[in-house]
Amino acid sequence: METRDVVFIALFAAIIAALGVFPPVTVPVIAVPITAQSLGIMLAGGILGAMRGGLSVVLLLVLVALGLPLLAGGRGGFGVFLGPTGGYIVGWVVGAVVIGYLTERFWTRLNFILAFAFCVVGGILLMYGLGVPWSAYVAEVTLATALGGSLAFVPGDLIKCLIAAAAIVIVKKSYPIITPRSR
Amino acid sequence: MLTDLYVFGDSAVHRARPVVKIAGLVVLCTSVFVFEGWPSVLVGGALVAAGFALAGLRLRHAVASIRPAFWILAAIFAVQLVLTDLLFAGFVVGRFAVMILGAALVTLTTKTSEFVDGIHAALKHAPGWVPKEQIALAISLCLRFIPLVRTMLVEVRQAQQARGLDRNVLALLVPLVVRTLKTADEVSQALYARSFD
Repeated sequence: METRDVVFIALFAAIIAALGVFPPVTVPVIAVPITAQSLGIMLAGGILGAMRGGLSVVLLLVLVALGLPLLAGGRGGFGVFLGPTGGYIVGWVVGAVVIGYLTERFWTRLNFILAFAFCVVGGILLMYGLGVPWSAYVAEVTLATALGGSLAFVPGDLIKCLIAAAAIVIVKKSYPIITPRSR
Repeated sequence: MLTDLYVFGDSAVHRARPVVKIAGLVVLCTSVFVFEGWPSVLVGGALVAAGFALAGLRLRHAVASIRPAFWILAAIFAVQLVLTDLLFAGFVVGRFAVMILGAALVTLTTKTSEFVDGIHAALKHAPGWVPKEQIALAISLCLRFIPLVRTMLVEVRQAQQARGLDRNVLALLVPLVVRTLKTADEVSQALYARSFD
């Protein structure tokens, strides 16, 4: 890994942290606040690729664990990993790596539809796949109950996937960082 | 300004080494899951409360650390109350409270710089395949650039406000990302120019 990659990792972690101070947008009908931070996770994978994207999320989580209030709403410290939503935060790393891998793999013919599909796989399916069983285990409820409680956030996450996919495609055209992964 | 959650003080809890505090936290959180039931939660709660008192932290610090999780905990309590009984619902939520407050005790009594020093000290003993310099560079660059990226976000938002685009997330996100990536390239060129590697 070159110094340039280390700088990208550090500065993208700073972007994700900065997105935490973005005021949450509340969708009128469903009234679930959407924070911009999980958008940053999808962007990390889709713009930096699997390795650098995943490491920038890891770096952000290290700083959060060290007590900096960098998560949305000024949350930070060890407590966020131990709370009921800790699985989603760990899922961020996996989500960024998978979105990054898929984006690298299909880089030459990446379009909005593909980028959106990758964000849904990494940002929704995998994230919920880790977050739901985690909260079911620590809150001592069944998987179905935990899943039901999380479904309210799916519409908001779909909107984030749309925004992230559009941003990934625009940045690919204007300032490409990823080099395509050969088969 | 980037501030950590540290609350100033000079107690035994403040002076303990970060690694000791983290080890204590791991033991606490593991034991409330291994020994499931009210006794372990009560013992854990008493220990955390003693720690808070020893560190000279006030009730408002405890309230402030629980508050972000309050609504989720309330929802879990309600679901458990319907599915099981009051005793079990109280136990599940109480266990969360003990873990979150225990973690808050570590966070509130340890400066981020102490943790960073701890990481640097640990890196000295790390085996050769660990890229020590690069880890240290990434941490310090990120700490330095978080306030800068926040300023950039404010600038981009003001610029788009002038165009009537401040409600358009994409119009904020793309310039922010591109500007940061350009800054990153400039920083890495500056590092090369100074023969960092």
